[in-house]
Amino acid sequence: MEKYSALGLLKHSLSNHENWPRLWHNPTPKKKYDIIIVGGGGHGLATAYYLAKNHGITNVAVLEKGWLGGGNTARNTTIVRSNYLWDESARLYEHALKLWEGLSQDLNYNVMFSQRGVYHLCHTLQDIRDNERLVSANRLNGIDNEMIDAEQLQREIPLLDCSRNTRFPVLGASVQRRAGNARHDAVAWGYARAAAALGVDLIQQCEVVDMVIENGAITGVKTRQHGVIKADRVGCVAAGNSGVLAKMAGFELPVESHPLQALVSEPIKPVLDTVVMSNHVHGYMSQSDKGDLVIGAGIDSWVGYGQRGSYSIIEHTIQAIVEMFPAVSRVRMNRQWGGIVDTCPDACPIITATPVRNLFFNCGWGTGGFKATPGSGHVFAETLALGKAAPLAEPFSMFRFHSGALIDEHGAAAVAH
Amino acid sequence: MLHIFCPHCGEYREEEEFRCKGQAHIARPLDPEACSDEEWGHFMFFRQNTRGQHRELWVHSTGCRKHFNVIRNTVTYEIEKVYLVGTKPETEGAAS
Repeated sequence: MEKYSALGLLKHSLSNHENWPRLWHNPTPKKKYDIIIVGGGGHGLATAYYLAKNHGITNVAVLEKGWLGGGNTARNTTIVRSNYLWDESARLYEHALKLWEGLSQDLNYNVMFSQRGVYHLCHTLQDIRDNERLVSANRLNGIDNEMIDAEQLQREIPLLDCSRNTRFPVLGASVQRRAGNARHDAVAWGYARAAAALGVDLIQQCEVVDMVIENGAITGVKTRQHGVIKADRVGCVAAGNSGVLAKMAGFELPVESHPLQALVSEPIKPVLDTVVMSNHVHGYMSQSDKGDLVIGAGIDSWVGYGQRGSYSIIEHTIQAIVEMFPAVSRVRMNRQWGGIVDTCPDACPIITATPVRNLFFNCGWGTGGFKATPGSGHVFAETLALGKAAPLAEPFSMFRFHSGALIDEHGAAAVAH
Repeated sequence: MLHIFCPHCGEYREEEEFRCKGQAHIARPLDPEACSDEEWGHFMFFRQNTRGQHRELWVHSTGCRKHFNVIRNTVTYEIEKVYLVGTKPETEGAAS
């Protein structure tokens, strides 16, 4: 792998940037691997990278039915934060945020991580109470978070309507200043490039159609394009299609797949240098480096795999955005899309051993998996290397839905979690 | 936007009038006290999450407020059949 540097940029400029090497190759799969990862999105690629880097396991394949980072990695609204209420999830997301802070250097790839802050608006007395509780819980866990009142909020975000003339006046906000956003595609490409350089095989256009299970243990996967590929351990990181993979292995998961939509406006001049979200009117917005406003919507309540949702959801979201930012009411929307999110009943992920030996799942990230990408890959790599749940992953077992030890982040975790 | 036929009102209405209540035909255990943690957890939280034909329960929440069942394809979103609670028509491919 060629190391990216200013000197390299200068060197390649002499040949008109025509000789940059490919970021990764397209190898033919081997007959057998130590570990197979099903799903080549951000989480899967991060898992492969940390397996190779932290655990020295490089005989690893990532199987992806489409192209790398082409699912929810390419479809999210790129928000990164760690202000979660409960200890278990706060630890996991803060672990991810700390990895984010050094990620560009670690990968030698600019993921454009920008700690521009994330605001959670409070419109009611109950919102204020909830957010004060959240701020206190975060501080006890060593995570930065603070409350500000409406006047200070108006000074910090001039575009936001903090007047008393709105239907749901803004009373204040909690703000995590270390939070922000990152370039979503770059995260997948950076992990893919770094993993491939360490010897991981990235197999694209390779769809898993069945699991090979003998005596209650998995021994490989059957693919549509390359037949059976054997493996000692298999980790599934397939987001919305996790339920389909679980069915192949003969069990059910406590997840349901829903369409989640997002939309971007036409590019406009810089108006918003941070991320604003509101639970109460239910919408959130940031501005990308290109200038388009990036707006998030809610999920459709029904199960859907079609990567598109209902217009009523978009309408509701736009209502919320115009409520918060009346100045953008005449900005036109450019594109709208949907992804399939695998949501858990307690809005927390599942990183788990399964009823099948040597088969592990990392799923259920729901509407907020992007922010966790480095942490998710890190703890899932450790889980796969150990053959049992890593300490940070232990509370996120799928069997918590039998024991009742849920980690209830619903509501507590805000809109875009 | 789904266009849904309410069997109680006898006409097609827009999706916004309805609420989806999730997978249909989930029977509550007859004796909850006798359930193991696994059985109860399964009843509460584990779902088929079908990719393809899916039987689900809907309620016409801003209309007649009555429940009914739907067979809907979760990939194409096409509604194949609407039927009353208490009945369960056979269809090709639909799970449960």
